[in-house]
Amino acid sequence: MFYREAGDFKTSYVDDNQTFPIKFDRWRYYAVLFVAFCVVPFFINDYWANAIFLPFLIYAIAAIGLNILVGYCGQVSLGTGGFMAVGAYATYKLMTSFPDVNLFFHIIIAGGITAIVGVLFGLPSLRIKGFYLAVATLAAQFFLVWLFNRVPWFYNYSASGQINAPERTLFGHAISGPASEPWAVYLFCLVFTVGSAILARNLTRGTQGRKWMAIRDMDIAAEIIGVNPLVSKLTAFAVSSFFVGIAGALFFAVYLGAVEVGEVYGINKSFLVLFMIIIGGLGSIFGSFAGAAFLVLLPVLLKNLLVGTLGWPTDLAAHLELMIVGLLIIVFLIAEPHGLAQLWRVTKEKLRLWPFPH
Amino acid sequence: MKTTALITAAAAAMMAAAPAMADLFVPSLTYRSGPYAANGIPTADGYADYFTLLNERDGGIGGAKVAFEECETGYNTEKGVECYEAVKSKNPLAIHPWSTGITYQLIPKATADGIPVHSVGYGRTSAKNGEVFRWIFNYPANYWDGASVAISHILDQEGGDLNGKKVALVYHNSAFGKEPIRTLEELGKIHGYELSLLPVDHPGQEQKSQWLQIRRERPDYVIMWGWGVMNQVAIQEAVNIRFPMDHFIGIWWSGSENDVRPAGEGANGYKALTFNGLDKDYPIFDDLKKYVHDAGKGAGAGDQVGTVLYMRGLYSAMMTAEAIKKAQEIHGTPDVTPAMVRDGYENLDINAATYEANGLPGFGPDIKGSCQNHGGQGLGAVSQWDAAADKFVLITDYIESNQDVIQPLIAEDSEAYATESGITPGCE
Repeated sequence: MFYREAGDFKTSYVDDNQTFPIKFDRWRYYAVLFVAFCVVPFFINDYWANAIFLPFLIYAIAAIGLNILVGYCGQVSLGTGGFMAVGAYATYKLMTSFPDVNLFFHIIIAGGITAIVGVLFGLPSLRIKGFYLAVATLAAQFFLVWLFNRVPWFYNYSASGQINAPERTLFGHAISGPASEPWAVYLFCLVFTVGSAILARNLTRGTQGRKWMAIRDMDIAAEIIGVNPLVSKLTAFAVSSFFVGIAGALFFAVYLGAVEVGEVYGINKSFLVLFMIIIGGLGSIFGSFAGAAFLVLLPVLLKNLLVGTLGWPTDLAAHLELMIVGLLIIVFLIAEPHGLAQLWRVTKEKLRLWPFPH
Repeated sequence: MKTTALITAAAAAMMAAAPAMADLFVPSLTYRSGPYAANGIPTADGYADYFTLLNERDGGIGGAKVAFEECETGYNTEKGVECYEAVKSKNPLAIHPWSTGITYQLIPKATADGIPVHSVGYGRTSAKNGEVFRWIFNYPANYWDGASVAISHILDQEGGDLNGKKVALVYHNSAFGKEPIRTLEELGKIHGYELSLLPVDHPGQEQKSQWLQIRRERPDYVIMWGWGVMNQVAIQEAVNIRFPMDHFIGIWWSGSENDVRPAGEGANGYKALTFNGLDKDYPIFDDLKKYVHDAGKGAGAGDQVGTVLYMRGLYSAMMTAEAIKKAQEIHGTPDVTPAMVRDGYENLDINAATYEANGLPGFGPDIKGSCQNHGGQGLGAVSQWDAAADKFVLITDYIESNQDVIQPLIAEDSEAYATESGITPGCE
């Protein structure tokens, strides 16, 4: 009944190659965009922005970035937290050194700087694979955090070693600093998230994405058919780090406002983003969103349910929350090892046939 | 679709979560879970029990009941932000973030929203300058006071001369641990000691290399800025290398029973700073027992009563309650707003009589606040662990910190903050 091609005629190659070839899917996508851009900003308040939407949108960008590297190119990385820190510190240095340039451009440049750092740490991937590469990127994680803690230049010699985002505006509205309106920061992050998703989606279904997937599936075979592993792997690291850097920059400048590298961009962050793409679905843009939503929203939801509605003690709720989230992760991975994205695909197939499954 | 369903469910849960508005809403951002829970639980218990006592015994503050609510942060900054946003809409009179990291996070936010933040002996030191940090308070003492008090105590022990002595600082490698470095360096220039810095990364379970270095360099004194498991490990390592424990001084956050007990007999003589009393025989405990614990209204498991950190929780709650009382006095109404409570904090005047009236005679130093002074007089005392008696004992009176060194540093740091965030210092 739903998701059917019947009656949806394609008359050009462009039509045939669009991201959402099925009409119903396309309209659903437009509807989500419409709600996100035109409805949510009118209803959003501080709590919804800072506790739910900002972390969700920003983690979604980080998950898209990591998914390109791990899901599409098959290079395992545990350095996400470190690369996010590069994005954050690059933004901080740019914000304080060039206060006249708009924050929007600072964040993009910070993404670019992270891409360069990512390529540097991606170099070992040419020689080592799998677990060994994971360990090499783990080194990047620890090195980068150590570096930002150790070299005072990065935090402008402040006494505490913290970095604070000064207030910056876009079209006259504050988007960083305490005076920012929730709808403004929400829209700012949403633009980045949607932009990243469109960019990533189109990169992964084009030549470059096919090269990455060829490397992921079997690198020797890919080399034989003419895919250059050096270029492919390093572009994957660059593009991935670019998105992760943007996520780190937004996380610092727009969401938190004050950051301490060891706590915010530690190894936990790397694992969190990795779990997001494993639960969401490797090699899927939708999966990045689903995974981010799962790991950001579920704890908040559980907390509000257990403490707010049921009135349980906060510590009990905090412990239960860990157990429930952990249990759900295991259940999901047993029930559907390919993640929420695969679950979504299966649902779509079922909906196509519904109500006549045979 | 899944996302939408989740969001809808979250919305439904949150709608139901809004509690009934009471007169005086005081939230507490606790961490009863996570890596620092062992320290978070007693503090949170003490803080909660004091307000429960006020409600049960006195019917609240000035006739208005206190609505108390906890929000679990797990010492995590992101969860702290979530908690802040969750309590913000309910008009909190004062927020205790209980974490230096979260305090830094809340300073700009709370300033914009007009909510007093009280970081009791932690947080940003230069918040003492009330002309810049209009909404932030750090009574009764700050980290730079702590550093200075520790050095004063060492001076006392060494007969007033530290020339050529070596002092090592073992610190948590975070905003919290880095705070005292500037002050210790400045004091080093005056007193002529040599300072060496030994950072320990979160959470601090691995300190072999730092203590190996201490063993090699043989500093005369070790000062520690630690929190959580880092304290226990450091004290154990110090015992292992047979470092003289009475030459090992911790900040007030490194001096709880949790920190010294694992090292057993060896920890005997370890010193820690404190800004509150440590005895278990204050009259308030009778009331606590009668109105709170025997009535089954105690927070947590009730096994933390009387520990160092529980007392600190009590003390924090007492200062907040006094600020609310003062605000009620100034504005002549029991229903105070956050802005009135700020006035209460700025006019805070806690002296021997106040302590006496609250059932805590001689519990802490006198505090007198003003618009310029959001941090009190900066007095601290030194306590020492008596392993046989299983308790910390005060071994000095309240020592004054060297304000000649600290004030210029505070002025410098707060001015830098004011320029950075476009604040014009002043009392309006």
